[in-house]
Amino acid sequence: MNLIKNNALGLATLALMFGFSSCKPKNVGSAVSGDAASKSYVAPGKYDEYYNFVSGGFSGQMSVYGLPSGRLLKVVPIFSVNPENGWGYSEETKPMLNTSHGFIPWDDQHHLDLSQTNGEIDGRWIFANANNTPRVARVDLATFHTAEILELPNSAGNHSSPFITENTEYVIAGTRFSVPPDDSNGDVPINTYKQNFKGTISFISVDQTNGNMDIAFQLQCPAVNFDLSHAGKGVSSGWFFFSCYNTEQANTLLEVNASKRDKDFIMAVNWKQAAELIKAGKGRKQAVKYASNRYNEKTHTATSTIKTEVTVMDVKDFPGLVYFIPCPKSPHGCDVNPTGEYIVGSGKLAALIPVFSFDKIQKAIAAKAFEGEYEGIPVIKYDAALYGEVKKPGLGPLHTEFDDKGNAYTTMFVSSEVVKWSVKDLKVLDRVPTYYSPGHLMIPGGDSKKPTGKYLVAYNKITKDRFLPTGPELAQSAQLFDISGDKMQLILDYPTIGEPHYAQAVAASIIRDKSVKFFKIEDNSNPYVSKGEPTAKVVREGNKVHVYMTAIRSHLTPDNIEGIKLGDEVYFHVTNIEQDWDVPHGFAIKGAATGELLIMPGETTTLKWVPDRAGIIPFYCTDFCSALHQEMSGYARVSPAGSNVPISFSTGTNQPKSDSIPAK
Amino acid sequence: MKILFVLSLVVVIVTSCGGGNKSNDYATTDENKAIKTEAPKDDAAPPDYDPNRGEGKFKNVDVGNSLNAAMATGGEKIYSVKCSGCHKLTPEKLVGPGWTGVTLRHKPEWIMNFITNTDEMITKDPKAQAQLEICLVRMPNQNLSDDDARSLLEYMRKNDGVK
Repeated sequence: MNLIKNNALGLATLALMFGFSSCKPKNVGSAVSGDAASKSYVAPGKYDEYYNFVSGGFSGQMSVYGLPSGRLLKVVPIFSVNPENGWGYSEETKPMLNTSHGFIPWDDQHHLDLSQTNGEIDGRWIFANANNTPRVARVDLATFHTAEILELPNSAGNHSSPFITENTEYVIAGTRFSVPPDDSNGDVPINTYKQNFKGTISFISVDQTNGNMDIAFQLQCPAVNFDLSHAGKGVSSGWFFFSCYNTEQANTLLEVNASKRDKDFIMAVNWKQAAELIKAGKGRKQAVKYASNRYNEKTHTATSTIKTEVTVMDVKDFPGLVYFIPCPKSPHGCDVNPTGEYIVGSGKLAALIPVFSFDKIQKAIAAKAFEGEYEGIPVIKYDAALYGEVKKPGLGPLHTEFDDKGNAYTTMFVSSEVVKWSVKDLKVLDRVPTYYSPGHLMIPGGDSKKPTGKYLVAYNKITKDRFLPTGPELAQSAQLFDISGDKMQLILDYPTIGEPHYAQAVAASIIRDKSVKFFKIEDNSNPYVSKGEPTAKVVREGNKVHVYMTAIRSHLTPDNIEGIKLGDEVYFHVTNIEQDWDVPHGFAIKGAATGELLIMPGETTTLKWVPDRAGIIPFYCTDFCSALHQEMSGYARVSPAGSNVPISFSTGTNQPKSDSIPAK
Repeated sequence: MKILFVLSLVVVIVTSCGGGNKSNDYATTDENKAIKTEAPKDDAAPPDYDPNRGEGKFKNVDVGNSLNAAMATGGEKIYSVKCSGCHKLTPEKLVGPGWTGVTLRHKPEWIMNFITNTDEMITKDPKAQAQLEICLVRMPNQNLSDDDARSLLEYMRKNDGVK
């Protein structure tokens, strides 16, 4: 009774506080107005309006949230192992993480780009970059499964990636760190940066029928740091724009030495022309080594192929292909507005945001309005390319997204705010604080030809006091704003996984209805599939023991296995023979030095187990599948090396037969 | 008493600022179809429910007097992949009931409906519910096509001695 009274009092206090803060002017700590909760509220059992795909940064994963609720729907492992579902642990998925360096279980996943058709999000795939060991991945949005990972040669620090062209013809990958090309002698003094280092941009072709990626060609560019990029669209279709910093070409203490010049560059690339030159046989074949990893939905198995050649064009040999545009102070974000006319470069040390005009760039090129050359590439005069500058937007502009009303929104890292400005007249219209120090921001469709105008999410780099403390390591915060009115309004604060950088979002209807519910067992062509319990078996091949196992509620077949010996490698090929939605089974065995398997209906996956001692070893289903889930288990008998226990296997048959099981 | 007072206070405060009660209902009826079909039903068997036919699209399945052997062979293949894990061809229960006599216990349309509309049948049908109390495992919907279900029925008939 006492407890109830206390609770009631607490509730009253809370209600009062809520009442006050909702009706009074806000302070910095709680700038939330009264109807914020209802704007992000999605009732139990109701669906969100948008799928929101968020890069996982140093988690190597991608998370999927619902908007506006901020509910976490799924975490997709891409450049990471995930013991939760066996990604990178199962024999079928290990090849996905193969590279020219061997198996790499981690990476730093910064940017995502949804596939587009005619500049609009089409919901087929989402592309992801790996920053550390340069790779680009494609995730299939029917299965939410990483379908492909492609390594990039001649690259180091794949940051300026994976931005796509208007019809997903190409995925682009620009190197952050310039390095000596892979086929040159890289054993050179580090301070020979200017002589020996190059910056490479990869154009990755995408097969429109199945999404398969290949490196179509690479552009060898002057050694600088390529930071971010976006494709031209509409009027600027056929062009690509990259922000560059460290045009000082420093190789040490970049914090100081790469911040010396008043202006670095936006690099404009005529990619349609580059594609034509490649078609005409231009470029040099270069010997390299990189992995192309693809996952097959029918065999449920990945294969890794090491490829050995790319075609490279040195941009200075092809006049008209590439131009530099001066851009103040180490530009970071490089964003193109929905019409394609305006290119926004965000100089992270600048006190203004320059906006370039594609039309003016074309006129400047025609009139040769150049201020000189940089490493053999024409540099367009700043004023000849400039549409105008957003004055005093805030401190530390990083990234810009666009809405459907002609407005742009830029994050200000240093002054911790999102600033809304008009693309037409470059006037600041509104500013709202974020908590704290936003990096990227995202509006659904905000980098496409058809942005929306309802929500904006800021991904903050610093969390501090926003949530209950969890020791020194904190979850990073995302903040959802309603941008439908003149004033931006904070409506939700929620924690994220890893370190979100760029994100994407699309109306749920584009993806929801084509989501795969289960894999058809008839289509399963894994070489180790068991199509039905009568085909389950155990086969010895030398010291390899293959267990063809089925899982269905609530038993594994076979569940008694004998004849395994020390020195054997045992492969459990588990097929989930359920054919209904949301009935995965798990598989784990004591002492296995690997993650579990989580097998979707109709799928076959394989766990490798090397027994290290003789005895009776239990295995079981790890996913609570049914009322008799706890019964879903079995035993493997391990005998010493040289034992003469024969291979035998059974389910439901004790040997010798027991009275507890009805005899046939 | 006190709790009631507090609750009313909350309501007053929320509504006093205005605009806070607007529902944010994004999901359409279509979106919630999946939830609806899987939600437990309170009214298990409505008065007009035909327990011999069951619930589903099959109203009258005419199987004839003799066996369609080709169809039964097709059914055997489906049984092997999708059913044999839980059902024996004998009277013995494994996970689900043994199949001996199944075509004598149930009308053809009941079996067809149960195979193709499993979830709803288990929720609604008295005979299916009685089996669930014995087996304690809801039969999974193995997503058989109508033709597959019919072939399987023919295999059940063969198992029950129809020539």
